[in-house]
Amino acid sequence: MADTTTHAAPAEHTSTGLPSTKLAMWIFLASECLLFGALITTYVLYRGSSTTPPYQHEVFDIAYTSVSSFVLLASSLTMVLSLVAAEKRDFARMRLWLVATALLGMTFVGGQVYEFTSFYHEGLKIGGPGSNLFGTTFYTLTGFHGVHVTVGILMLLSLVGMSWAGRLPDDQAFPVEMVGLYWHFVDIVWIVIFTVVYLIPQPKPPGT
Amino acid sequence: MATAASVPAHRGIIRRPTATTGWLSWFTTIDHKKIGILYGVSAFAFFLVGGAEALLIRAQLAKPDNTLLNADQYNQIFTMHGLTMIFLFVMPMSAAFFNYFIPLMIGARDVAFPRLNAFSYWLFLFGGLFLYSSWFLGGAPNGGWFGYPPNSTTDPSIGMTFYAIGLILTGIASSAGAINLAVTVINMRAPGMTFFRMPVFVWMGLVVQFLLAFSLPIVTVALFEMLFDRRWQTNFFEPAAGGKPLLWQNLFWLFAHPEVYILILPAFGIISEILPVFSRKPLFGYQFVVFSGIAIGFIGFGVWAHHMFAVGLGPVANTAFGITTAIIAVPTGIKIFNWMGTMYGGDLHFDTPMLMAVGAVSMFVIGGLSGVTHAVVPSDYQQTDTYYVVAHFHYVLFGGAVFGLFGGIYYWWPKVFARMLNEFWGKVQFWIMLIGFNLTFGPMHILGLGGMIRREYTYPASLGLTFWNQVATVGAFLIALSVLIFIVNAIVTQLRKPGLENEDPWDARTLEWTTSSPPPVYNFEEIPVVHALDEFWHRKYAEDKEGRLIRVPAGASDDAPDTHREHAIHLPSPSFWPLVAALGLPVIGYGVLYSWWLVGAGALLAIVGFMGWAMEPPVAD
Amino acid sequence: MRTKRWLAFGLLAVTLLLVSCSKDLPQNTMNPAGPTAQTEKNLLVLVLWPAALVFLIVEGGILLISIRYRHRKGRDRMPAQLHGHTRLEIGWTIAPAIVLAVIMVPTVSTIWQLARQPADAMQITVEGYQWWWGFSYTDPDMQTAYGDHGPIMTADVMVIPAGRTIDLSLTSLGGGAHSTNGIPDHQVIHSFWAPRLFGKQDVIPGDQTNHIVFSADEPGTYYGQCAEFCGLQHGRMKFRIVALDAAGWQHWVEAERQPAATPTEQLAKQGMDLFFGTNGEGGQCIQCHSIGGTDAAATAAPNLTHFASETHQCFAGCDFETTDEAALKAWLADPNAVKLGAKMPDYGLTPDQIDALVAYLYSLK
Repeated sequence: MADTTTHAAPAEHTSTGLPSTKLAMWIFLASECLLFGALITTYVLYRGSSTTPPYQHEVFDIAYTSVSSFVLLASSLTMVLSLVAAEKRDFARMRLWLVATALLGMTFVGGQVYEFTSFYHEGLKIGGPGSNLFGTTFYTLTGFHGVHVTVGILMLLSLVGMSWAGRLPDDQAFPVEMVGLYWHFVDIVWIVIFTVVYLIPQPKPPGT
Repeated sequence: MATAASVPAHRGIIRRPTATTGWLSWFTTIDHKKIGILYGVSAFAFFLVGGAEALLIRAQLAKPDNTLLNADQYNQIFTMHGLTMIFLFVMPMSAAFFNYFIPLMIGARDVAFPRLNAFSYWLFLFGGLFLYSSWFLGGAPNGGWFGYPPNSTTDPSIGMTFYAIGLILTGIASSAGAINLAVTVINMRAPGMTFFRMPVFVWMGLVVQFLLAFSLPIVTVALFEMLFDRRWQTNFFEPAAGGKPLLWQNLFWLFAHPEVYILILPAFGIISEILPVFSRKPLFGYQFVVFSGIAIGFIGFGVWAHHMFAVGLGPVANTAFGITTAIIAVPTGIKIFNWMGTMYGGDLHFDTPMLMAVGAVSMFVIGGLSGVTHAVVPSDYQQTDTYYVVAHFHYVLFGGAVFGLFGGIYYWWPKVFARMLNEFWGKVQFWIMLIGFNLTFGPMHILGLGGMIRREYTYPASLGLTFWNQVATVGAFLIALSVLIFIVNAIVTQLRKPGLENEDPWDARTLEWTTSSPPPVYNFEEIPVVHALDEFWHRKYAEDKEGRLIRVPAGASDDAPDTHREHAIHLPSPSFWPLVAALGLPVIGYGVLYSWWLVGAGALLAIVGFMGWAMEPPVAD
Repeated sequence: MRTKRWLAFGLLAVTLLLVSCSKDLPQNTMNPAGPTAQTEKNLLVLVLWPAALVFLIVEGGILLISIRYRHRKGRDRMPAQLHGHTRLEIGWTIAPAIVLAVIMVPTVSTIWQLARQPADAMQITVEGYQWWWGFSYTDPDMQTAYGDHGPIMTADVMVIPAGRTIDLSLTSLGGGAHSTNGIPDHQVIHSFWAPRLFGKQDVIPGDQTNHIVFSADEPGTYYGQCAEFCGLQHGRMKFRIVALDAAGWQHWVEAERQPAATPTEQLAKQGMDLFFGTNGEGGQCIQCHSIGGTDAAATAAPNLTHFASETHQCFAGCDFETTDEAALKAWLADPNAVKLGAKMPDYGLTPDQIDALVAYLYSLK
């Protein structure tokens, strides 16, 4: 009978040489591509289909959203810097860049909250009387993305907290890399959304 | 023997449990084998509920203008029957087999992420209970398992909101499980277990996980859109606002077609394991069977609109999907020939697992043929939405998947429970089930072509189809009898003392049979080194030049345990965080229905669960 | 033991024969009464032959193999360990592919054939409501002779000339009862199916209009029902197509173009007053129903102009025979009690009021 003691496991040996968590993260991100694919498809299908106002060209402020897009893009840079620091085992700097990433992410989400509130006051609703397809699809698509960013922020802050409390495994760069993969993915999705939703103009309904 | 460590942990929020026995251990287990048993028992319980729903349907339809059930009750029952059988029986029963046997078959000690595995199980169970709680909270889903809007989005009963949320919950559970098992198969194979030395059951499992991972997100989006339409009056499927009901159908079937392969491939895997063992020769054409499984996985994403031939997509789309549907018949069909080739020339032992497997193959063929008639698009204009389709999918799903799963149950029962199910009563169950099944669903071909639509709670005598409806009802009760026989067999078997005279009762071929019955918590003393497909068989038998078998004398295996190496087997401890995290999600679900406070509470519970999970040490120390 | 399985298979083979032999089934797809259904049946029969052949080969093969190679007690053989035979496997991959390709040729050409909409077909618009069917004859020579000369409109029964090609436009117009903001309530998906005449096409709310092109070979009554789950009474949303010979058709069109008859008999007159609310009593009917040639022009419920004509055989989603006076009375007394979920409310009518209304309705020939 083998001696099954419960020790912390040594570094895992895997059939592909790739750590299991990384493989899992890639498969997860692939499935997320389909999630956002279906959401974006819904949005694109309904472009120009709203029967009542407000319409896209009436509410969007491209300059404003460009700034907040830049903020999110910058957060990918800080994410990379955090990973570089982690690989150099400078964990204090790693935490600093993680906090910066989280702050930039929060700025982005805050900016979206402000943007949505102002759209709402201009009459753009997700549902109910006075709503239209543009409101339904816009808020849903960007809302799902915003939730993903928020979950990412929670993960970033958890990393900071656990690193500071000494609860991360010795190779701290690895969980940072995993969260980084997720964060970059969410950023890339935003680039697609920004292009499809904000930059590509919708056909204007007649009379507007 | 685990060394019980009861020193309170310094790390983690609360001490991580250590016990692997006792009733509480079932709530904290992260052992893939126990989780497999949990899936199996839960799935079987839902099977009985879904079966009861079927009996109610058949009782109602036993006579024309019957008043056993009114329209409202009937619509809820047939909807729940479909949802239960698909999402709460076949999928989790397949998960039971995948969970228990994939690690054993690839020579691993557990799945890649044991706690995620537990999370998947609990979320599945909570999702199923959430769905069923609807009966008591205003009404069960009543829009059909396929839930087409605008009917499903405008129905005033609360049931379809439970539908949307419930399926989102179980979808998350399956997605997590899919990633877990996919990584397990790809990354945790024993040394020497190349992809093409994996058992076909593992291959089918791998394809199923990818089908799940890529199809579930699509229906999740559709379900959120339905939820938003119902709960917050959004416009996704609202024609008055320009919404298109067909968007739902496209998104739904993009998931639901791969879903039918998710439902059948596990059974195909089980059949591919049983036939060689009971024919005492290898699977005929292993590579073709594997490649055809992979082909089905890919092509399966290209046929979805064959569920929509009558919605008016236009001749171009109908032509395209008719052709792709014909194409997918090829990899599905050739497996039949490979299985026949396996049996041909063999020494066939018709124990119950073999009866079930051969029954599954022969019933699947019938369903497959009626499926080909569906691909003939203009004829499908007559067939679709009638009992002819009901016949088709029950032949492939019950005939193929359920018989296959029962085969797996009889085959692997001794391995899991160290007792053999009674052979005589197993055979009795098989024959009664086969006859009952054919009596129930065979006549449905006539009912459909004779003009009976699906999903109608009653029909007039003037339809002229009363007789075949009665036959179908009799058949359904015969099926119920056969299931009862199985239940008694199982109970009586389990009441006996565990212990097998022969731990390899079927003279099997794959690695799970090298362990004791049941396997120890760590699966293998030594991780096996694999040299061939059907590794276990080749340790027992060698082949001479003419391909005939010679028994290998015991001890001639070159896998003698390395007694020099000192080793300890590292296993993670049980945990209750997966259950806590999983519990948060249905609470959010109730919150969406009733109160934002509940949403907050559920979210908090989930976050606490995930944080505890992240912060606990891998083992209690 | 094996014979039991053969019995099961035999049963299945016989069933298909039985279906095509039975002439009494009103909705039998295997007893077509028009070219569209005939074409669809021909394709099925064409495919059933190779399917039957495959069935016999495969099931017969499994049976023979099971018998031939079953383990016999006391004879422990170790069979030859065949791993496969590549050429055979390639062969049995290509052969079914060829058979399927061959089947696809008539399939595809029939898809296109059935999609054609001939320019000279008679145009009828089919309206799906929860849970009844309305029909609107939109051709210029089918206009009514009164009011603003709108199309002839009927419900529950579509009357057509035998032998003439009909092009149906399928629209979903909702639940019938009180619509809000002019948007019909509860537009849901339905499907229009008269098995002996044509395979079904779905009726999709919104701006998608599907078409069915068909004709009936002979005069007669053909039965159909909704075939896409549409809520509570999906199972009882029926209709009939009555095909008339040339003389009958002329007669019918002439009668339909006329406005509703004004009743002469006392009880029927009372019923009419109740129907329209002329004397301050009643008047709810005209909120939803229309009577040609009067002010009642609402479209939320069936058009009753010629409710008692010979061809209007059934009412309330074609669930009851029009001549069944007891059924009509029960319906008026409490629609929901005879058809759960019916959108026509219970107006608390007294038996006398019901008698009057029935008399009025029966006067609408």
